[in-house]
Amino acid sequence: MQIDKAKINEIILKHGKNKEDVIAMLLDYQSKFRYIPRDVIYTISKEVGVPVVKLLGVATFYRGFSLIPVGKCPISVCMGTACYVLGAPRLLEAFSRELNIDPGKTTKDGNFSLHTINCPGCCGLAPVITVGDEVIGKVTLAKVPRLIEKYHKLIEKGEWKKEE
Amino acid sequence: MEKKKLTVSELKNIRQEFQEHLTVRAGVARARVIIHMGTCGIAAGAREILNAALKALEESQSKDVIVTTSSCAGLCSSEPMATVEIQHEPPVKYINLTEEKIRKIFKEHVLGGKIVKEYALATGSETTA
Amino acid sequence: MAYRANVLICGGTGCVSGGSFAVKKALETEIEKRGLKNEIMVIATGCQGFCGEGPIVIVQPDGVLYCKVNVNDVPQLVEEHLLKGRPYKKKLYTSPVEKAPIPALKEIPFFAKQRLVVLRNRGLIDPEKIEDYIAVDGFAALAKCLTEMTPESIINEIKKSGLRGRGGGGFPTGIKWESCRKAAIHRNVEPVVICNADEGDPGAFMDRSTIECDPCAIIEGMTIGARAIGAKQGFVYIRQEYPLARERLAKALEQARSYGLLGDNILGTDFSFDIKIVQGAGAFVCGESTALMASLEGKVGEPRAKYIHTVEYGYENRPSCLNNVETWANVPPIILRGAEWFTSMGTGDVSENPWGGSKGTKVFSLAGNVNNTGLIEVPMGITLREIIFDIGGGIAKGKKFKAVQTGGPSGGFLPESCIDLPVDFDSLLEAGTMMGSGGMVVADEDTCMVDSAKFFVSFLMEESCGKCTPCREGLRSMYNILDAITKGKGKEEDIETLQEIGEVMMDCCLCALGSSAPNPVISTIRYFKDEYLEHIRNKKCPGKVCKAMIIYKINSELCNGCHACTKVCPSDAIIGKQKELHRIDVQKCIKCGACIDVCPQEAIYKE
Ligand SMILES: Cc1cc2nc3c(=O)[nH]c(=O)nc-3n(C[C@H](O)[C@H](O)[C@H](O)COP(=O)(O)O)c2cc1C
Ligand code: FES
Ligand code: FES
Repeated sequence: MQIDKAKINEIILKHGKNKEDVIAMLLDYQSKFRYIPRDVIYTISKEVGVPVVKLLGVATFYRGFSLIPVGKCPISVCMGTACYVLGAPRLLEAFSRELNIDPGKTTKDGNFSLHTINCPGCCGLAPVITVGDEVIGKVTLAKVPRLIEKYHKLIEKGEWKKEE
Repeated sequence: MEKKKLTVSELKNIRQEFQEHLTVRAGVARARVIIHMGTCGIAAGAREILNAALKALEESQSKDVIVTTSSCAGLCSSEPMATVEIQHEPPVKYINLTEEKIRKIFKEHVLGGKIVKEYALATGSETTA
Repeated sequence: MAYRANVLICGGTGCVSGGSFAVKKALETEIEKRGLKNEIMVIATGCQGFCGEGPIVIVQPDGVLYCKVNVNDVPQLVEEHLLKGRPYKKKLYTSPVEKAPIPALKEIPFFAKQRLVVLRNRGLIDPEKIEDYIAVDGFAALAKCLTEMTPESIINEIKKSGLRGRGGGGFPTGIKWESCRKAAIHRNVEPVVICNADEGDPGAFMDRSTIECDPCAIIEGMTIGARAIGAKQGFVYIRQEYPLARERLAKALEQARSYGLLGDNILGTDFSFDIKIVQGAGAFVCGESTALMASLEGKVGEPRAKYIHTVEYGYENRPSCLNNVETWANVPPIILRGAEWFTSMGTGDVSENPWGGSKGTKVFSLAGNVNNTGLIEVPMGITLREIIFDIGGGIAKGKKFKAVQTGGPSGGFLPESCIDLPVDFDSLLEAGTMMGSGGMVVADEDTCMVDSAKFFVSFLMEESCGKCTPCREGLRSMYNILDAITKGKGKEEDIETLQEIGEVMMDCCLCALGSSAPNPVISTIRYFKDEYLEHIRNKKCPGKVCKAMIIYKINSELCNGCHACTKVCPSDAIIGKQKELHRIDVQKCIKCGACIDVCPQEAIYKE
């Protein structure tokens, strides 16, 4: 996949080529393009002057980065304590079954990917999932197929906001 | 939005000026509707409630009612929540709101002055230490 | 000529449309008829704001309010009130509050036992408007610090208050500030202040809520801290998962700058300070102080050994003062109201020994199997029972209480026998868990303690940075053992092995992630050993969670063959015609539990 050179340069400049801000740069790129391609690492390394190996270290250490594209519609099931107590593992299984992918993987059509998240801080509404930036509370097993269908339709209609 | 840099005495003036906005009084507002919007609240649908309240406000054309947002009220299991404050009355907290409910509350309590008992949790404010 | 009384009749649009002019006329006529014209004046007013109950009549100076007054009421109203001097009951306004039998907030247990200090402005102010915060005495403490107090006296006040860090460890804040100030002066290096908003505990959301409801309080607290320590630069390290909190904080920072409450020459003094938001990228260990500072520097968030403290050599090797969100938020009220006020809440005595007690309040996020989940702030020393049963409203769905988890992955589980324990730093530590940052998750009888321990271990296994061996390998070995136990392959000596690994980890790990990681395991063994033994000896899971030890069955007396379960079963394991008894094919059943959730008869059970 071609990387967006202009965008990455814009991000680097926004953070003033500051070595301390490489995490912020990577986060910006990740949130726009849903993954960190190899060339982005090279570009940042060259422009900011941080060795590639350090950047790769950062990009693999933090959960927030992915080196392969995540789905257009990333679904994360909260695995925090509160959600866990209220049955999150079963929910994760249900999503995995419905989407026919293992957690951490992306569907063949690139539409969905399934992840776990450690508590978006909505424990009062447990069990919780996040879809993109949206937090959805009180999810039951019975709602799983309906939720997937809803987002599937949004993607098909091109109304899903994460679409670049 | 460059503003004047404050000094200590100007800080006091702002305090006095805006204290009035926080209390419901004649002249400023007769009633305040506060929608509680924390992450939980929003996840539970507070944004829709806010929109419905704003719409109700617009339709009613009242000039002395403020619809505003604030943070979490703490009782996540009963989100979305809203507080209605009417001049001279203790504030009333409403829980488990839907768009339907907030419209009714707006009509009957905010405009009509009658608490909608079915949806209300309690009246009064919390205890600060 | 002075009038004895004024009768105000509302002339606002609402009341006029309800006929208030006619009422006014009737009043005037009636008053004249009774010969009161020289004593009583009738005045039309602007809208009284009570249009729904109009036309409104108010009699002054008595301050009595009548609603829905019509022309027919007038003679009696005049006779009763204005002649005989007693209210005319029929149209007397009764406050809807009295009329409506809804309770006062203070009577509702969820709110009754809370005392708000950190969350004092929750639900009251608009967090996106700094003026609202200023109106509730915001930045008054900062003004006091800048004009009336020296850095030393600020530190002294915080020390006297006995404030201890709310991020988990409970380190006395005043002492931390003092050593940071001293290190900075001694080394002649500019220090920094940092706010820890990483909130890694999965199952806790106090810090998110605090920032969302009162971002300016954190700004003010940090500015005061910076003044005390001598810092010009501050950071807020906030998790990636909290976009709303981050946004609100960014807005608040911007507004504070535009008012000169941040930046150069704050409030016209020679003190300058500013704060930058730094976003985490999803790593639990980055909540740990040294890892956090590494991450601030744009590096991999690995902790380092702490024989050199971060208050001396932290971020960029500068003296760094790291405090939790809630700790910072406690600072302005302490400065404004004094240490004595703060020490009036809580347990113990901190006048001699800063570790001697737990003062003030603590914010908890209450979640799990309780009826009322949410964010609560209670005085230190309240019992777990009060929190769970009064504030939390007891266990949901009428189930039985089994355990409460505090302190997140570094904490432990407490059983029913500990439920009258006071909640403070030291009591919890003694009981084998810890205060932590304030996550409190309640588990009911349907929870398996072995599985819960496994849950935390697997969480930590993922989050361990991997730098030190005891943590990396210890967690893996623990996980393997726990996994075997939950699958029915446990051996009795496993319990001892777990304890042994735990001891080694507590002694040898590089950072507190590892050294506190055994807590969930050790505490469950301590309080729920029976449950471990039940898994190992009888291959039974008392909480009916561990899949290898349960099968799903249908109660033939309750099942009415409604087909609800067959529709949701993902593996077509439920057999039976409509309106006939259903049966579960054990071979096909994947034990997902979907059927239990939908059965209207509650006929499906686990065994
Ligand atoms: C693994 C680990 C995770 C931590 N996570 C947090 C956290 O999320 N938030 C926090 O405030 N402190 C966290 N801490 C504690 C911090 O290291 C530090 O003690 C604290 O922020 C100091 O602030 P305080 O004195 O105000 O409590 C964590 C510690 C460890 C070892
Ligand atoms: S534990 Fe799931 S939202 Fe907190
Ligand atoms: S965010 Fe408001 S109660 Fe949870």
